[in-house]
Amino acid sequence: MAEYSALSLLANAFKGNKDWKPAWRKPDPKASYDVIIIGGGGHGLATAYYLAKEHGITNVAVLEKGWLGSGNVGRNTTAVRSNYLLPANTRFYEHSMKLWENLSHELNYNVMFSQRGCLNLAHTPAQFDDYARRGNAMRHLGVDAELMTPAEIKRLIPALDISNDARFPVVGGLMQRRAGTARHDAVAWGYARGADRRGVDIVENCEVTGFLRDGDRITGVTTSRGDVRAKKVAVAVAGSTGRVMQLAGVETMPMESHVLQAFVTESLKPFIDTVVTFGMGHFYMSQSDKGGLVYGGDIDGYNSYAQRGNLPIVDEVMSEMLALFPGLARVRMLRSWGGVCDMSMDGSPIITIGPLPGMYLNCGWCYGGFKATPASGWCFAWTIAKDQPHDFNAPFTLDRFHRGLVIDDKGQGANPRLH
Amino acid sequence: MLITCPYCGPRDVIEFTYQGDGNRERPDPASQNFEAWNAYVYDRLNPAGDHNEIWQHSGGCRAHLRVVRNTLTHEISSVAFVRGDHSSAARRKAEDKP
Repeated sequence: MAEYSALSLLANAFKGNKDWKPAWRKPDPKASYDVIIIGGGGHGLATAYYLAKEHGITNVAVLEKGWLGSGNVGRNTTAVRSNYLLPANTRFYEHSMKLWENLSHELNYNVMFSQRGCLNLAHTPAQFDDYARRGNAMRHLGVDAELMTPAEIKRLIPALDISNDARFPVVGGLMQRRAGTARHDAVAWGYARGADRRGVDIVENCEVTGFLRDGDRITGVTTSRGDVRAKKVAVAVAGSTGRVMQLAGVETMPMESHVLQAFVTESLKPFIDTVVTFGMGHFYMSQSDKGGLVYGGDIDGYNSYAQRGNLPIVDEVMSEMLALFPGLARVRMLRSWGGVCDMSMDGSPIITIGPLPGMYLNCGWCYGGFKATPASGWCFAWTIAKDQPHDFNAPFTLDRFHRGLVIDDKGQGANPRLH
Repeated sequence: MLITCPYCGPRDVIEFTYQGDGNRERPDPASQNFEAWNAYVYDRLNPAGDHNEIWQHSGGCRAHLRVVRNTLTHEISSVAFVRGDHSSAARRKAEDKP
């Protein structure tokens, strides 16, 4: 039975909107659960939702240090795509794309998923060849991809400078039409409501301060709101993975935490109706439904847990924006912010059992975790429920680095700040 | 963020290149201890707080620097030449003094 429908909206409008239930309860943590999920971000909430829905495991707590959606799920630039080169990534992100395509219906919550396309610009013939290779790899696995000429690109994005006078002239692009954007807050709220209605306890303002153990085995957590025991403890804390794993006595991880900044301008009239990325640096931009241009670039490039960055990257991102869109020179920037990214050593994520008995780990999303939210939760729930990974996440192990099985989509090597 | 280069003084971070985690220990080149090599290449302490790291003043004197920087606040508590007082930059600086 849908909670939000044309009828329920109309009925509540007549009753002064007094009868809406809160989207999720505010329970106190119980003494024990079947599964504890540390981290109430998109991935943690999606995991709880799919545990309850797909596997019937509803005695679950999601423990969130701050308020729901205060981390990266509310800080990203909302792009969703599955245009990867390597099969492990392509299959996983395409699974995510298919879940996105039905997500609003599935959750009965409008996540405003808009398949407006994602266009990667090529600025040299070699780069265009490289995009053709990636597009072919995608199509080989059933993902949509098409090459575009500068004339077609100009028709799609009239504001783009594709002239030969541009600093980096555009020679073509790789388009994924099914890619797009989604409203990131709604994704968190939709999964939270879906999990809560199935019996999951979402406990906010509950910081995990340590782990309870029986020998090597993890048997629960100590929190700012008391001890909570569980048969299975799942960690989905993105940029804070290192800190949480150190509480469990795991000193080193194959990742570094870095800060990524994002920006939004004042509202403009419709300017660009797709997601566009720059090929001669790192820059991506889309326009929100409110009209603000949402954009970002590279991570700052040094280890950081501060949710704010420094000015050199601001300068670089603005320069790249103006290289593509000279017409934006006088648009005012409204806000900028930062989020902490868990940069793995090969640029690919980790969804796995372990590394300690009783523990499950979901991390290493670099700065691309938002688009993965549905598949990450879906695969993590499968792994927790069945104590074995699904085919989609089987390659994303923690020990792949020491076993020589890295999944390095960009071919950058073990340098987390370059992924 | 300003980094106070021991040779050039306080300079904007844009003049520096981050060389990464300074806690890693490179095994002896002849070592066949694969675990030690794997740990050197892949494993990181990634602390929230003071972090030992290597920066190069690539837009200045080009010296490699050992920096202790807080990853929660970006505050820098110490900067030294990687090779201590034996680096050529430090020697030159010492010779400059009357």
